[in-house]
Amino acid sequence: MDTPPLLVQVTNVTKRFGGTVALNEASFACRHGSIHALVGENGAGKSTLVKMLAGVVVPDSGQIDINGQLSTMQSPADAARLGIVPVFQELSLMTSLTVAENVFISNPPHNRLGLVNQRKLRQQSEALFADLGFSHVDPDALVSELPLAQRQLVEIAKALSRHPQILIMDEGTSALAVHDVSLVFAVMRRMRDEGRSVIFISHRMDEVKEIADHLTIFRDGRNLGSFVTGEVNEGQMVQLMIGHSLEEVFPPKPEITAPRQPLLEVINLSWDNRLNNINLSVGKGEIVGLGGLDGQGQGELLFALFGLLNGITGQICIEGKPRHINSPSVAAKAGINLALIPEDRKTEGLILKMSVGNNVTMATIDELSRFGLIDERRELTTIQRVIQQMQVKVSTLKAPVNTLSGGNQQKVVIGKWLLTQAKLYLLHDPSRGIDVGTKQEIYRLIRELADQGAGILYFSTELAELVGMCDRVLIFYEGKVIRELVGAEITQQAIVSAGMGLNATVVEPIEK
Amino acid sequence: MTTIAKSASSARSWFANMDSQNRSAVIAYLLIAVLIILGSIFVTPNFMTPTFLLQQLRQASFLGIIAAGQMVVILVGNIDLSVSWTLNLAAVVATAIAAGRNDLLIPGILAGLAIGAIVGLINGIGVAYLRIPSMVLTLGTNTVLKGIMVFYTGSAPQFQKTPDFLSYVATEIIGGVIPITVLVWAVVSIISIFVLHRSTLGRKIYAVGNNEVAAYLSGIRTPRVLVGAFVLSGVLNALAGLLIAGNAGRSFNEMGEPFLLPSIAAVVIGGTSILGGSGKYIGTIAGVIIIRLLDSGLSVMQVSPAARSIIFGLVILTMLFLYGRGEKARK
Amino acid sequence: MTANISVEAALRLRFRRLVNRNFRVGLAFIAMFILLTINAALNPRFFTAPVLTSTSNQAMTLIFAGMAQTSVVVTGGIDLSVGPIISLTNSLASTLFPRNVPGGIGAIIVVLLAGALCGLVNGLIVVYGRLQPIIVTLATASIFGGIALYLRPTPGGFVPDWYNAVLTQRIFGLIPASLVFLLLVILVVWTPFRRSRLGMWVYATGSNEAATYMSGINVNRAKLAAYMMGGLLAAIAGLFITAQTQSGNASTGAVFTLQSIAVVVLGGTSLFGGSGGVSGTIAGGFTLRLISGILFFANVNPLQQPLWEGAVMLIAVVAGASRIFTVKNRLDILR
Repeated sequence: MDTPPLLVQVTNVTKRFGGTVALNEASFACRHGSIHALVGENGAGKSTLVKMLAGVVVPDSGQIDINGQLSTMQSPADAARLGIVPVFQELSLMTSLTVAENVFISNPPHNRLGLVNQRKLRQQSEALFADLGFSHVDPDALVSELPLAQRQLVEIAKALSRHPQILIMDEGTSALAVHDVSLVFAVMRRMRDEGRSVIFISHRMDEVKEIADHLTIFRDGRNLGSFVTGEVNEGQMVQLMIGHSLEEVFPPKPEITAPRQPLLEVINLSWDNRLNNINLSVGKGEIVGLGGLDGQGQGELLFALFGLLNGITGQICIEGKPRHINSPSVAAKAGINLALIPEDRKTEGLILKMSVGNNVTMATIDELSRFGLIDERRELTTIQRVIQQMQVKVSTLKAPVNTLSGGNQQKVVIGKWLLTQAKLYLLHDPSRGIDVGTKQEIYRLIRELADQGAGILYFSTELAELVGMCDRVLIFYEGKVIRELVGAEITQQAIVSAGMGLNATVVEPIEK
Repeated sequence: MTTIAKSASSARSWFANMDSQNRSAVIAYLLIAVLIILGSIFVTPNFMTPTFLLQQLRQASFLGIIAAGQMVVILVGNIDLSVSWTLNLAAVVATAIAAGRNDLLIPGILAGLAIGAIVGLINGIGVAYLRIPSMVLTLGTNTVLKGIMVFYTGSAPQFQKTPDFLSYVATEIIGGVIPITVLVWAVVSIISIFVLHRSTLGRKIYAVGNNEVAAYLSGIRTPRVLVGAFVLSGVLNALAGLLIAGNAGRSFNEMGEPFLLPSIAAVVIGGTSILGGSGKYIGTIAGVIIIRLLDSGLSVMQVSPAARSIIFGLVILTMLFLYGRGEKARK
Repeated sequence: MTANISVEAALRLRFRRLVNRNFRVGLAFIAMFILLTINAALNPRFFTAPVLTSTSNQAMTLIFAGMAQTSVVVTGGIDLSVGPIISLTNSLASTLFPRNVPGGIGAIIVVLLAGALCGLVNGLIVVYGRLQPIIVTLATASIFGGIALYLRPTPGGFVPDWYNAVLTQRIFGLIPASLVFLLLVILVVWTPFRRSRLGMWVYATGSNEAATYMSGINVNRAKLAAYMMGGLLAAIAGLFITAQTQSGNASTGAVFTLQSIAVVVLGGTSLFGGSGGVSGTIAGGFTLRLISGILFFANVNPLQQPLWEGAVMLIAVVAGASRIFTVKNRLDILR
């Protein structure tokens, strides 16, 4: 009895990037007419898997079969020929081209001479957008003229214009407005009903439950099991994803015995309609979380504090003194002592081609010098001390920092600021793309910093981290702090409902 | 036999494990050795004599000083296309102020160097604070400088003869062995090595060239580093201009034109990445010497200028491929 | 009522877009028209056929050189061999031209092919050698310049009068032939390229190479096409200057490398690629050349001409950088 071949069958694929194993003998299958969710923590291997299916990444070993045929994809063009089209998290649009040109870039309507028929191009896009329900997107606009949420729709339309057999979405809905999400879901369901499949990565559990037929859980580069949605409950899923219960992952929170001395006070901070009258404070030894939906001003707050934004109003006080911070060099200098652990450590936190040692002393090189010349012996002992304290796994200090694993790279970023004796750490998703073991070390380290008297502003997109790490959590919504959760109030439930504006009580601005 | 094989393989692994910046420099010096050997076989046996080689270094020192400045600018991820007319303006103003008199030489030199610094400052501010692409901005300042020069020297001829002492510095060979210009180049080189490889400014230069955002977010005042790089380049150009004028006995228009493209070529042949952030100063010295040896070897052999130009281009491409291959072999 | 408002809003949106998208190119045209007006005011005979023809001729080689540069800059690259390709094609033309017309047409075709081949070589090394365009074309510039020198060690050669007449004289004694030639090149060479799928992919590659690759497009082919187009247009510049000077000279193109970049920048094309086009470049080319006319008729010392040219270019560059003062997140400046 012949069973029809599976649409996608991935068998024992392995992929290494430098020292890190992104996929470890992972297998995966997806059948025709299915909406299949991939879930797991950041760095679990989901993105690598879908990049492999899209022909962007070539596996080191293992086998991929599409429709029962062994595939030898080497490029996105190869994948497209097999009917696989991706929508990636990083927007992959040509911003100086029009929406219509972007959507039909690979096969624009043209005459025999190869000239593009602009009128037909626009008509085709209008028809496609109408069909998908995206009529509010203007095909004549340049992509650079569109707001972020609409760009994501263009991206999805672009993928669908190629009539994919398999649509791959890596966080494809993360930037969308609520209404647009339902439009995209409708399209996904229609594809499924036509016997085509959607493989998507999402970090929103509610989304997975609503739309997916099947889900597969990844951890540490392996497939831990595929389920029909509803077969497993959320608790089981979380258990599988993180491998141990939350208590084991996060260091214990200290008991508060005395009131904390104030470290940072922010009064009526506003910027460009994206930060609106923010008031908050961080005490010494306190970890304050920034929660809420993505992009509600949490990142901008960190930027503002670190002196990166022009035209902010309001006041920032460090240890009671008002400070005017207009550049990172001011933010980092003695007396203010801020430290930023940026969102993207590869492009913003580290200088990848420079050595581990050079990166560690990047912020303090002036102090390790005499008359402008670097005191190499003192620099070396300093670097060794930090490497030891942070337990960075590195063969030689001269190795370029990009040879380290993600977790060790992040330790180098934090180590850089240990040397400036930073008083207040601004953390922007510090555990992103780090394996679970190292994550735990980083959590412990952050708690140690706090115990030694540093203040910490902790912005994370992972709810579990906010719950596990923070003494207080401030919920952001449209550039405002709308809710403050303290101690036992901090639960995933509370953060989610507050973040969506439920039970909102706006923290009143302080009258001057 | 086995020891030879073993030492060959250990040499290969030494070569393969080397830092890519060092490896590029080693390749460049190997090419120098090859050029000298080929030169002494095919051109003239003199090629291997110290006198000939020192003579070559003397000829190379002008380009060497310019290339040092160009390298710093390339290291911070930019390019300086205003080389030719910066050095021209500096030289003309210096000779005009000195008016051929040794006692006015110091003010003349200071004025020349100041002009280099000011041009560098303007370039640096435009690039660092106005974020104008350096290729465009320095092209613009170059055109304006040329305009100033043509207007200034064309309307009322200035005194262009260099003071005797400057000519002495630029042409004298101490004890018939060591040319003073080579000493000047050596001093510039030693300072460059200290600045680039030992100082905080050097560390910041490499940081900015590799990743300006990360450097800025580490509290480095990146705009100042950029301005510093361009000022350094401007001053070194001016210094070279003074020596070139001294060597010729006078300053003259278009005296800097032959130096722009070779200065970029020397830096790149020396293994510095045109994208910035990687390269050793020692490689740039090699790049300058390679250009000089090729030039003189081919002209002694009476190779036509046409063939010389073609060979020059092929050498640049070959070196780039060699460096690129090394990079791929490591991955 | 609401329909009216939305129509009005749509029109306003269109207008705002038109202004925003063509801001830099528009500036180039405004500059050109201002200079034209000043020229006309200073010289009552400016709008006569002979003066217009000579003005057009003076600007034409630079304009073609700028178009060649534009084609490469759009991909985010740069071509430092534009000048030497002009020299090479000029030298080649001056050695190939026979007296008869059919042979002359054959020579022209060979010269065009030679230019395209130079561009192809640039493209192949950039694409398959994975090397930076600036340094590759610096090297090939030396090679092409050498070949030019080999073809024509000393200035000279033969260029027939009919060829000079066709490209640089007037048609019906009225219309500058060079302007018609420019129009022809735009219609026959540039527009088909720009409006084709390949042209779209060239712009896409310049805008976001990774995204274009992800969209399943052969990025390498797009780049090769752009470099070849650059070589072809440089050959056209070489052919024009051959007609103008009626001789060959291996160093005739040298000045055009840097000037072509200047013209591209004046014309509002971003050096980062993906946007801009030849219309701005053409305006930029005329602007730069019209300055000399003004200085001449304003009785300004001709020695000031390079200074003014440089000043105009610097002003354009600084004006283009003015957006820096409106940026709200300093990281956006660096990225």
